Amino acid sequence: MRSQRGPMPIWFWALAFLAGVLLFNLIFTPGFFHVEVREGRFFGSLVDILNRGAPVALLSLGMTLVIATGGIDLSVGAVMAIGGTVAACLIAHPPDSPIGGLDLHGSTPMIICAALFAALLCGLLNGLLVSFLELQPIIATLLLMVAGRGIAQLLADGKIVTFQAKGFERIATGTTTMLPNPIWIAFVCFALFGLVTRRTSLGLFIEATGSNPIAARVAGVNARGIKITVYALCAVMSGLAGIIGAADIQAADANNAGLYFELDAILAVSVGGTSLMGGRYSLIGSIVGAYLMQTLTTTILTRGVSPEVTLVLKAVVVVAVCLLQATSFRQLFAKKVPA
Amino acid sequence: MERVPGARHRAPGPPPMADDLLKLSGITKRFPGVLALDNVDFGVRAGEVHALMGENGAGKSTLIKVATGVYDADGGLIELYGSAIRPRSPAEAVRLGISTVYQEVNLVPNLTVAENICLGREPRGPLGIKWSALRARAGAAIERLGLSIDVRRSLGGCSIAIQQMVAIARALDVSAKVLVLDEPTSSLDAAEVAQLFGVVRRLRGEGLGIVFVTHFLDQVYEISDRITILRNGQKVGAWETASLSRLDLVTNMIGRDATELSRPFGGQAAPKEAGAPLVVARDVGRRGAVSGVSFSLHSGEVLGLAGLLGSGRTETARIVFGLDGHDRGILDIEGAHQRLGPRSSIRRGFGFCSEDRKAEGIFPEMNVRENILIALQGRRGWFWKLPAARQKTVASDLVARLRIQPPDIERPIQFLSGGNQQKVLLARWLAIEPRLLILDEPTRGIDVGAKFEIMSLVESLRAKGTAFLFISSELSEVVRTCTIVLVMRDRRAVKTLASNEISEDGIIATIAGEDQ
Repeated sequence: MRSQRGPMPIWFWALAFLAGVLLFNLIFTPGFFHVEVREGRFFGSLVDILNRGAPVALLSLGMTLVIATGGIDLSVGAVMAIGGTVAACLIAHPPDSPIGGLDLHGSTPMIICAALFAALLCGLLNGLLVSFLELQPIIATLLLMVAGRGIAQLLADGKIVTFQAKGFERIATGTTTMLPNPIWIAFVCFALFGLVTRRTSLGLFIEATGSNPIAARVAGVNARGIKITVYALCAVMSGLAGIIGAADIQAADANNAGLYFELDAILAVSVGGTSLMGGRYSLIGSIVGAYLMQTLTTTILTRGVSPEVTLVLKAVVVVAVCLLQATSFRQLFAKKVPA
Repeated sequence: MERVPGARHRAPGPPPMADDLLKLSGITKRFPGVLALDNVDFGVRAGEVHALMGENGAGKSTLIKVATGVYDADGGLIELYGSAIRPRSPAEAVRLGISTVYQEVNLVPNLTVAENICLGREPRGPLGIKWSALRARAGAAIERLGLSIDVRRSLGGCSIAIQQMVAIARALDVSAKVLVLDEPTSSLDAAEVAQLFGVVRRLRGEGLGIVFVTHFLDQVYEISDRITILRNGQKVGAWETASLSRLDLVTNMIGRDATELSRPFGGQAAPKEAGAPLVVARDVGRRGAVSGVSFSLHSGEVLGLAGLLGSGRTETARIVFGLDGHDRGILDIEGAHQRLGPRSSIRRGFGFCSEDRKAEGIFPEMNVRENILIALQGRRGWFWKLPAARQKTVASDLVARLRIQPPDIERPIQFLSGGNQQKVLLARWLAIEPRLLILDEPTRGIDVGAKFEIMSLVESLRAKGTAFLFISSELSEVVRTCTIVLVMRDRRAVKTLASNEISEDGIIATIAGEDQ
């Protein structure tokens, strides 16, 4: 089934399902592939999928590296809320917010940097808890998953912070070369992650840490540093996703921004073929996984099926892809085929 | 009396003791490609402690697993009280009266002592488990051992010794006649061992037959009445403990291969005492692991750590490499005494090839190239990645030099044989061009050809100035390779043999403690 030189890439099944869903739409959903130019930008279901899926794609990049070290980050949704809230407060200066008085003169780059810095602090906290205090990752990040939304609400003084800022809104609603900006942001981050982890040895060390932590220590890999790095990267991606989310609706809702996104990100990573046990990972797989789920959602919405079905169907697809990836499951059927 | 099909007839010998409580005769057990037990006889009497001795792979655990129903023997007869039995599962063996306490405590740390003792056979009433009856039964089992433990304590909070004794209490809760203790003392300190032996003596007094597996010679002489020695799946013999000298015990355990006594590598050519020593240890120790280690190691020297399994060899190596700290003595690395971690050791050009390939060596799903280059890359740091072309050359060169099969650097290491995995790990450390390489059992579980290649490699690197810390259970390898030998016994370094004193006889005598 697999040749010796080129084993099947671990993201094969996710891509096969994505192709399957697209094929289904090609046949049964008229106009799904229709893309038109309106007001100087592309419109169509495909563009919408790429645009809407960008935040989860960003989260899944960071989550992939965390999971590759054998960890998990449950706090990404809460960190999204923190990132969005910090940005919103710095724009709108709500009177009772602790950071409302900080004046960055409306400079969009400064506001983005401040929000990402807040997210980075969250990631460093996660990383320190996991690597130095050696808490189990699921517990360590659960702390911030719960407390993070509280922090975001404190920053926003318990209100939904709305704002008007043309420059900042462009992050989510503007276009570059006729494509919505979130698509470009996701693409650039994907390229950067790929470059940084594969052009340096960071990826090798991440895989070694997840594959066999004890052997990694013996071989001189700085496992603590690696863990802090991946949690920090994951949190910065969450902050970025939170900024996009806030810019999209011109508001930061500490209660609902990024709610349950951690689960979507973990699903995207596992559908993409990265084992939750750690070790080998695939960034492409996670991106494919994220967009597979967004494609499913959009498909169901365009076909006018009730949105409740989306969740059930998503679950069915996730289970199917994960089963097909599992060696033991495939062997179950391989045995029944006479040799 | 029924005989198991395929049993060989017992070789003529002295008549078996009439009062053997549990008797195994002519036990043979094959695994694919290995004859693990070859026609082995073993018997334990009521009211005796019978030590089962042998080095790694001698067949001790296989024999115990046959007796306790884990394995089914391919041939031979098991008798309990003179009637043939054939336990097919550990549970059946327990019902028959053969209980086992394993080295790692197989209990549930989150449950209480009482729950652990009665787990799976809780006294039940109409309302479920009768907790007071359960506690009373557990209390009685603990009392039988002459201990006083609050059975309501959670097991995880007890010391390893207490956990070990709870495991014994659990084993004795059913009416055991034979108790097998498989290396019960390997994680206990001296006081805890004494406590455990108190319990063992008490049970011996009650008429139990106790089979005691250990690597510690002092303990064997302290507690056992008889000794059976296995080697390479065969019984060497059985002796009354009082009549077997330590020297004979060790000689019989290790055995000797006359053809390997020669030293073809000329390893003992005295090295030039060039420059300052790489490592100097003065009375280095770590509580619960090892003590009294002193040596100095120069470039071009091979320091052998000789001793039985569990004598503190690996513990010493881990301290030198910085995987574990030491709490006694002084360890000077290149003239400075400082605590080192593995990373700074590697920066100095030290390498550590662990004896536990699977747990501490390989990254199973990563390929041969990555497994080879990880230490070199680790030393360069994450940012300075070795260029792809250089990676390929370094890895391919080492694969060719060590004749790793198959010579495919992109193949995941989990698909290689054990011997080739071992060579990949060696290659990992050769890639950093080590100044000191620590080899812990580098030839375990690999075939003769690969062994020879590894030993030749050590010699050629030594000639070029690499220092080695060499650990092997095979004395012939130690004798051939080492320029100094530190002999260890029962977690202590007991003697240093200079190059002209190294001989198998000398080492065996020192391990056995004949020089005391």
